[in-house]
Amino acid sequence: MAVLCAAALTAQPAAEKQEDTCIACHSELEDELGRPAKMFQDDLHRKLGFSCVDCHGGDAGSLDMEVSMSPSKGFLGKVSRRGIPELCARCHSNAELIHPFNPRQRVDQLALYRTSVHGKKLAQGDEQVATCIDCHGVHDIRPSSDTLSPVHPLRIPQTCAKCHADAEHMKAYSVPTTQFAEYETSVHWNALSARGDLSAPSCATCHGNHGAAPPGVNDVAQICGTCHVVFENAFKESPHEQAFEDMGLRGCVTCHDNHAVQAADLGMLGVAEGAVCADCHSEGEDAYTVAAGMRTRLDELSTALRDAREVLDRAEEAGMEISEGRLQWSDANEQLIRASVQVHTFRAEPVEETAAAGLKVAQDARQAGFDALDEKEFRRKGLGLSLITIAFVIAGLILAIRGLDQETAKSDST
Amino acid sequence: MADMQRILPWLEDRLGLDAIRSFIAHKRVPVHSATIWYYFGGITLFLFMIQVLTGVLLLLYYRPTPSEAFESIQFIMTKVEFGWLVRSIHSWSANLMVLTALIHMFSAFFLRAYRRPREVTWLSGMLLLFLTLGFGFSGYLLPWNTVAFFATKVGTDMAGTVPLIGPFLLKFLRGGEEVTGATLTRFFGFHVAVLPGVTTILLFVHLAMVQKWGMSAPTAEEEKHQMPFYPHFVLRELVAWYGALGILGGLAALFPWELGTKADAFAPAPAGIRPEWFFLAVFYNLKLIPSRIWIFEGEVLGILAITAGVVIWMLVPFWDRAPDGEKPRLWVTGVGVLVVTYMAVFTALGYWT
Repeated sequence: MAVLCAAALTAQPAAEKQEDTCIACHSELEDELGRPAKMFQDDLHRKLGFSCVDCHGGDAGSLDMEVSMSPSKGFLGKVSRRGIPELCARCHSNAELIHPFNPRQRVDQLALYRTSVHGKKLAQGDEQVATCIDCHGVHDIRPSSDTLSPVHPLRIPQTCAKCHADAEHMKAYSVPTTQFAEYETSVHWNALSARGDLSAPSCATCHGNHGAAPPGVNDVAQICGTCHVVFENAFKESPHEQAFEDMGLRGCVTCHDNHAVQAADLGMLGVAEGAVCADCHSEGEDAYTVAAGMRTRLDELSTALRDAREVLDRAEEAGMEISEGRLQWSDANEQLIRASVQVHTFRAEPVEETAAAGLKVAQDARQAGFDALDEKEFRRKGLGLSLITIAFVIAGLILAIRGLDQETAKSDST
Repeated sequence: MADMQRILPWLEDRLGLDAIRSFIAHKRVPVHSATIWYYFGGITLFLFMIQVLTGVLLLLYYRPTPSEAFESIQFIMTKVEFGWLVRSIHSWSANLMVLTALIHMFSAFFLRAYRRPREVTWLSGMLLLFLTLGFGFSGYLLPWNTVAFFATKVGTDMAGTVPLIGPFLLKFLRGGEEVTGATLTRFFGFHVAVLPGVTTILLFVHLAMVQKWGMSAPTAEEEKHQMPFYPHFVLRELVAWYGALGILGGLAALFPWELGTKADAFAPAPAGIRPEWFFLAVFYNLKLIPSRIWIFEGEVLGILAITAGVVIWMLVPFWDRAPDGEKPRLWVTGVGVLVVTYMAVFTALGYWT
């Protein structure tokens, strides 16, 4: 401990100018003693001027093994798994030390880790759980903005899955191992991997990273609500909030799942086959009627939008200018989205009001499309009439020309 | 009616209409196998008059600022009675006018109409062609849509590569370093004031020369058989004009000119952006030239070569010395065929690649 403290107090980039003998010797080795030295070339710490001795202790200036790896020089050798969080925290919990490198870097990782499932189990002696190096790497640590870093947003799911999808590794714990497979089918993973939206949630977003723990039953809606704010607000005002709490149901997850979250569509709403409302509500209940009613209203609006778009597309293909119709359609579509959000109040009135307003606008958009098609017909007829008129004029001119040419030919011959 | 009988002679006397009437009555037009090409000058003039008329109507509603230009055209096309027709005719007529001007120029070349004493007619005609291209280039930007914005950027970039005066020319055209609202204002000014003014003067010169020297025929033999200008040629020209009007109306009604999306200066250029079709041959040609040729920049050499080519073409009355009325020289025809082929092929390649 005294050695660690001494090392912490003196932690600073080791001998910038003289040769680092740790690297010089270990990079000559082929086996597992040589690999870290080679990997360290890509490490962020090395680029910032840190060396092996800053973690492992010892003397990087001496080529003599007895000296460079002497305990009297603070050499620690391979750090035990239980000691890793405190070793990293020597620097990463020291605000004064970190500040020159990155003023906005957090320094509470160790404190958070100790509250996590991983941290608690490690403190109890379980060395199978994740420590800093299992997620961040050890000798080739890269910043999380680097796409090769295991903690880059695109790679976090695979990093967690290294353990959490390994049935053999997880058999001592009462935790399923299907999360990663389920997450890969989700709309969140699609947003992250296919659309490149790095703000889309991965494991750490909902579970935390250093303070990783599954959300409490009553916390799920709030966690989903950090992004899906309006849905959370609607849910909090709804009769479902108290009902779910009383029944021990996990908020949003009850209908939308947790890892395999799919893109919500109208099929989820109502009482038909595949709809989630009927899972709890039976025919005859008020809630059953409300669910069915909401579905009917949204179906009407959705159909009206589809019809309107079909007419507008036809008008546009015919060359008509229909930007106003398109704007109306977008307005109506927004009403559909608003009504879909209002479904989460689980009350009929707001949904019906919004859907009715949207239906009116969708019908206006459709009418705009029909008006454009009528205008197209009018223009065609106008063109036809004009061309007939022009053809008559041209015919008249040609007749006049012929008459003139005949007269000229006659007068030339006489 | 009695008043009309006194007013008309009064007008004839004050305006000297007798002289004009007599001139028209005696004007003759050669009749031969190539007479049909005579109509293209008149069609170009007719399309120019359509442009002026539709342009004035558009001016009543168009607003030349980045925040309102696109919307004002949208308004014209959706809210103004027959605005769609006026705008589509204006856009189609612009393209047809460039085409007929080119046909007219090439027909004058192949029929050797530039020979003595018609050199000024040819030169004023070439200048009118450049003004027509200038109308097309400046007018293209006015809707302020994505295609127009980036096509103007590409076009003015090319102007900026001219040696010595390039940077000045670029800033003069754009009204600054980049294509902005200042460019739109400037192009609008060129399009509705400067170019029409200069065109009117040159048109007057061109038409005056045509009246003075009459229509040329390829050989003295072909000049012999003639028809009266009025009413024989005029009636035929009216047939051509009505035909052009029918084509224009059909195009405008069946293929209305697109509005596109409003320009966003901060968006990246759409893939495959290119200038209007009448600049495509030059644009594609410049794309083919390597970036460096010996110590010179490829693009600069390309622009210089094309400019030199145009100047040589323009000066044809001074290097084709065959007298007027003599059979045209084959090698000159060959040069013309090469130029037409180059323009057609490179325009097609620029469009399809």
